[in-house]
Amino acid sequence: MKRISGVVFLALLCVFPLFAGDFYINLASQILIAAIFAMSLNLLVGYGGLTSLGHASFLGFAAYASAWSTTQMGLGVGTAAVVAILATMVMAGLFGMIALRATGLGFLMITLALSQVLWGLAYRWVAVTNGDNGMSGLVRPAPFGISLDSGASYYWFTLAVFVVSYWLMAIFVSSAFGSALRGTRDQARRMSALGHDVWMIRWITFIYAGFWGAVSGLLYVYYTKYIHPSSLSITASAEGLLSVIAGGSGTLGGPVVGAALLIILKNYASAYVERWNMLLGFVFLFIVLVLPEGIVPGLKRIFSRRQGGQS
Amino acid sequence: MSASVPALEIVNLKKFFGGLPATQDVNLRVMPGERRLIIGPNGAGKTTLFNQITGDFLPTSGQIKLFGADITRLKPHERAHMGLSRTYQIITLFAKDTLVHNVTLGLLGLSPARWNLFKPLDHYQEMEVEARRVLGLVGLGAMADRLVSEIAYGQKRRVEIAMAMAQKPKLLLLDEPLAGLSAEERTTIKELIAAIPKETTLVMIEHDMDTALDLAETVTLLHYGKVIVDGERDAVIADEKTREVYLGH
Repeated sequence: MKRISGVVFLALLCVFPLFAGDFYINLASQILIAAIFAMSLNLLVGYGGLTSLGHASFLGFAAYASAWSTTQMGLGVGTAAVVAILATMVMAGLFGMIALRATGLGFLMITLALSQVLWGLAYRWVAVTNGDNGMSGLVRPAPFGISLDSGASYYWFTLAVFVVSYWLMAIFVSSAFGSALRGTRDQARRMSALGHDVWMIRWITFIYAGFWGAVSGLLYVYYTKYIHPSSLSITASAEGLLSVIAGGSGTLGGPVVGAALLIILKNYASAYVERWNMLLGFVFLFIVLVLPEGIVPGLKRIFSRRQGGQS
Repeated sequence: MSASVPALEIVNLKKFFGGLPATQDVNLRVMPGERRLIIGPNGAGKTTLFNQITGDFLPTSGQIKLFGADITRLKPHERAHMGLSRTYQIITLFAKDTLVHNVTLGLLGLSPARWNLFKPLDHYQEMEVEARRVLGLVGLGAMADRLVSEIAYGQKRRVEIAMAMAQKPKLLLLDEPLAGLSAEERTTIKELIAAIPKETTLVMIEHDMDTALDLAETVTLLHYGKVIVDGERDAVIADEKTREVYLGH
């Protein structure tokens, strides 16, 4: 049943551009990119119990790395993508070594501080990043010679990457390693007494989350064809965290739903409501009060209670 | 391995919390296969001693050897791979998971499979079969698929023991395995501990003297972080100092 509805939903996503206008197609692309970003953060927050407020580092760094290698180094977009992802993973490895000296609030503060360093660099290191002007004139990749310049073609490309991301992250969380990761979230001390290297498990997860963060960063920079320091800002990290928490951390679908909500509010509501940030605040306040565990687990609970009441 | 190498050897172990001594010059030798009971009043430093053996705390000075190998500075997970396992005085289980998943996490801890990012845990059938077998040994076979949060306190104590036993440890530390149990449940746990094979050396902290003394061959009495009396069970019980410190008559 679950599988069938998944296939139907995927089919609907595939044919979506045939019916929708450009505005909605682009909106959907943005949602898919934000969803990959939120899912990668959820590996840390939901499955590892490591709340990071610096996840935009990975998105922004990969985006800048790609922009810089194509415009300054003259690399092709494809090569630049590989370089950007590898560089982001190396950075995640270093950041992880620093941030994982702590857990809880300490971890959150260190990830925030590290991302602020990158944000500051993006603003100030004008020779490399072009500072506040950002880097423009970027191009999208053309896999197998297929141009991705139209809204619909880029949507399909993003959808394909999203499906692979979702699938691999689903495998990750149910894997032996993923089970150990959840164990470290719930009982870290017991896990090390059982023979699990808790630090190493967290570090590998940090790098793996960095990898998917980098993937979302590449999709983001291809989409906007422009990169600005704001992509590294605390707001960008916080929006990812909000998506995870609102949708339901530690669930696969939660961050996707949370990201969709965030992007829709951001794009759609801002056209009608001037102070859309306030609206965003109210919506998240409502979620926290009514469905404190997040939309996906919250609706599941309400739904199963209804069903239980009827039978 | 020759029988003369102790399973556990502790030499001049000292631990200070700030200026407060928790372990003072503790020396201990536990031979392979031995059943050792550690007794002492509250605050005597029994659990602190366990935490240093497992590596949760590093000692201020001194040495800890496991089957002749110096483990004083090793991390807890490294000690687990050398055959050390423990249970907790305060139940430390994965409450939201099933019993079989709890025991499987113990098996996974010693298996190279724990680094596999791609193969689902439930595809490792040999681990699941083994976890169910061990749960059967502690009488929880029928409840293997229940969540830990749904089972009774006494049953959780048995899961603690099952998790440790599944690892087939060479040295097993039991921290108050009878704490908070009814008389009937104590008998059940006692039988479980008595049935642990001799390949596993046992060191046990326990307050319930009536039950625990039957299980022990040798007894160590700790008081204010010091070993007061140490030796054969009956000799320790008969000792004047034991009566003074512990038995109170």
